[in-house]
Amino acid sequence: MSDPTHTPTIKPETRMESTRRAFRNGVEYAGMAAVLLLLVLLFGLLSDRFLSMLTFRLMANQIPALVVISVGMTYVLVIAGIDLSVGSVAAVSGGMLGVALIGWHWPLWLAVVLGLGAGLAAGLINGGITVRWSIPSFIVTLGMLEAARGLAYLITDSQSVYIGGGVDAIGAPIRGIGLSPAFFAALLSVIVAQVVLSRTVFGRYMVAIGTNEEAVRLSGIDPRPIQLAVFAIAGLTAGIGGVFQVAYLGSADPNAGIGMELSAIAAVVIGGTSLMGGRGSVVNSFFGVLIIVVLQAGLAQIGATEPVKRLITGSVIVIAVIIDAYRRRWSLRSTESTTG
Amino acid sequence: MASSSRPILLRARGIRKRYAAPVLTDLDLDLHAGEVHALVGANGAGKSTLCRIICGLVQPDGGELELAGAPYHPRSRNAAEREGVQMVMQELNLIPTLTVAENLFLNRLPHRLGFVRRSELYAQARRALEAVGLGALDPGLPVERLGVGQQQLVEIAASLARSCRVLILDEPTAALTESEAELLFAHIERLKRRGVGILYISHRMEEVRRIADTITVLRDGRIVVTDAPAALSPDEIVRQMAGRDVEEQAEQASYRQRGKALRVAGLRRGPLVRDVSFDVTRGEILGFAGLIGSGRTETMRAIFGADRPEAGEIYVADSNEPVDIGQPRDAVRAGIGLVPEDRKQQGLLLPLSVRENITLGKLGAFRGKLGWIDARQERAWSEVERENLDVQCASLDQPVIELSGGNQQKVVIGRWLLRDCEVLLFDEPTRGIDVAAKQSVYRLIRELAGEGKGIVVVSSELPELMLLCDRIAVMSAGKLVTTFERGAWTQEAILEAALREYSATTSTGKVAHV
Repeated sequence: MSDPTHTPTIKPETRMESTRRAFRNGVEYAGMAAVLLLLVLLFGLLSDRFLSMLTFRLMANQIPALVVISVGMTYVLVIAGIDLSVGSVAAVSGGMLGVALIGWHWPLWLAVVLGLGAGLAAGLINGGITVRWSIPSFIVTLGMLEAARGLAYLITDSQSVYIGGGVDAIGAPIRGIGLSPAFFAALLSVIVAQVVLSRTVFGRYMVAIGTNEEAVRLSGIDPRPIQLAVFAIAGLTAGIGGVFQVAYLGSADPNAGIGMELSAIAAVVIGGTSLMGGRGSVVNSFFGVLIIVVLQAGLAQIGATEPVKRLITGSVIVIAVIIDAYRRRWSLRSTESTTG
Repeated sequence: MASSSRPILLRARGIRKRYAAPVLTDLDLDLHAGEVHALVGANGAGKSTLCRIICGLVQPDGGELELAGAPYHPRSRNAAEREGVQMVMQELNLIPTLTVAENLFLNRLPHRLGFVRRSELYAQARRALEAVGLGALDPGLPVERLGVGQQQLVEIAASLARSCRVLILDEPTAALTESEAELLFAHIERLKRRGVGILYISHRMEEVRRIADTITVLRDGRIVVTDAPAALSPDEIVRQMAGRDVEEQAEQASYRQRGKALRVAGLRRGPLVRDVSFDVTRGEILGFAGLIGSGRTETMRAIFGADRPEAGEIYVADSNEPVDIGQPRDAVRAGIGLVPEDRKQQGLLLPLSVRENITLGKLGAFRGKLGWIDARQERAWSEVERENLDVQCASLDQPVIELSGGNQQKVVIGRWLLRDCEVLLFDEPTRGIDVAAKQSVYRLIRELAGEGKGIVVVSSELPELMLLCDRIAVMSAGKLVTTFERGAWTQEAILEAALREYSATTSTGKVAHV
């Protein structure tokens, strides 16, 4: 009866239906893009230097680490988990990269592989413990946050490892374009991750697990390998973020990435991903990163001090989530069920 | 005594409410003091919305409400409760980790200097529990340790513990056993004598005709008929609800075939699954009767691997090799499907679409290159099941949270039809769904049997099992005590079997309410 080796012939989706669906997806992104545009215009008005290629290039080359880390964070939040360890794990990966390059004179590619491997391993440990003993990921990754930071100090002997031009192939702007390879890699990761989330079986399982893990299990799907994979991906993206950070700064600092988990969570949440799981968009997390970065760069340009910047950024995060909650309530009300 | 001779307690005039579509249209209703006024209607007829308006959860778009002659427009549930309007919801509102007593008096715990006065709390709780016949229940027990039926009674006790003039009961007996329901009816009788007006929603016709003074049938947000039970036969009520004749089920044909579909031997898990053995032949519908908490759900879950059994073998088809089921995935691979008891918590991904819910168990089949979902196939196949099951939805992309209970249940069933199991376990498949949806669930179950699948149906509604099944197994206190063949059963015999093990084991105190 239901042997999907052939497609049953039914009336195909009308053009209007598919257009409406595409439109709905478009609206999701357009809202975030509009907010970003407004911010850019606002700072453009307030500062005559803001609207310049230089500003945008600087921002673009600064964000790759946060962007890729936010990609992994989006995935973790979608399955109703959280990863607090990404900043520390990034520092471990960066430290490994630095020590392998400078201390052991490894070639760049091999040092990068080592750095990424460290991130992946941390992610597997996070996921493995979370899944095996059904412990909240909040606790597991809180432990990893502390442990990985310690490891980062051990690897680097608590010293910044100066690398200089050795990582320019990743972090330095490409001549003529003014943007680094890391920026393009980060952009690519956003697109790939979004497609995986919204178009693949793996992505669908992620959303399903975040929505109702028990229902997924009772549908005959083992959620554990998927959860493990998601934490592994988060570890890997933290590793990539660490490598990008080192490439951007030209040195591996054991203190790198402190508080990075909070910036990433903030960006993802501004992008409308639910902390309760089951709902999220990688593209909107990317917009979330851009909003935070534009806000900080803009505030700096109009002369705001660091404390004021933090005050405003913090408020914006909360306001964004309040707006999101209202938007959700409205859309729920307009379609409220009529079960009687 | 005609209810019209009593004063009108609650008067509704021209109540209107619309969401996307009109739900209530110019609705007039009178509730007299000391009257049980039953509201019946298919899911989506507007019963719940009307009750939610009366208890302040929803604001009407128009119309007037009067309570005892004074204008009454509650802005919130608290406001309604202050006026003495209480509602017992279909969904339980208890906090599982708190004790029974704490749940009962949550908003007015007796205290001194902020410390809860436990002895006084428990004494009050005991009085409230006695009122619903749960006098033997320990008020210090966490609610999560109670069965669903007992929780429902505690919920009712909680409402009754407050003063009330109008009491709204939304399917109060849905999760109750017959003896529990009797206790509730006795209490409703007492409340009537005190002049409380009761709005009573139920899908159970015999029950409504027995306890109601007035029956109002709603259809599509309008009142179709209001009359005394004597003037409305059950068939007439169903006809009015549906707006058309519901065909009478002819004599049940059996689809039993040669060959086993499922064999369970010596299954054990905890106190509620004690050495359960049975088999189902292909094309057979086997019913599971028993009191709530007798271990039927637990047995299904153990077979399905949702909870790991401590002992026992499960054989699928005629195989002599037991299948190793460590988790639901293994059961599904062996060809067993489970439609769980609680569709919202265990079956559905509520915010996701009809399509995503139907295809969840079968996504692997739509996997294209690189793990891609073949969207065209997925859409096509979910449309096939939607049509096959006649799921009423605006589109395949509508979130299932917006569907009525009956349509939600069809979506869960659709998932297993798409997956094509050889054995299907249905746990309370018609709980909380309307008469028309029930009929289509019955039809589906028969069709599946006709295709040679082995079917197990757990139900607390005996008439349902007697209508549907080839055989009925009866569980009592975790044991499968007996199995009746069609024709050999009577309600009395089944009930007697269901109670059998409890008389032997009351010392365990597990089922104090029986």
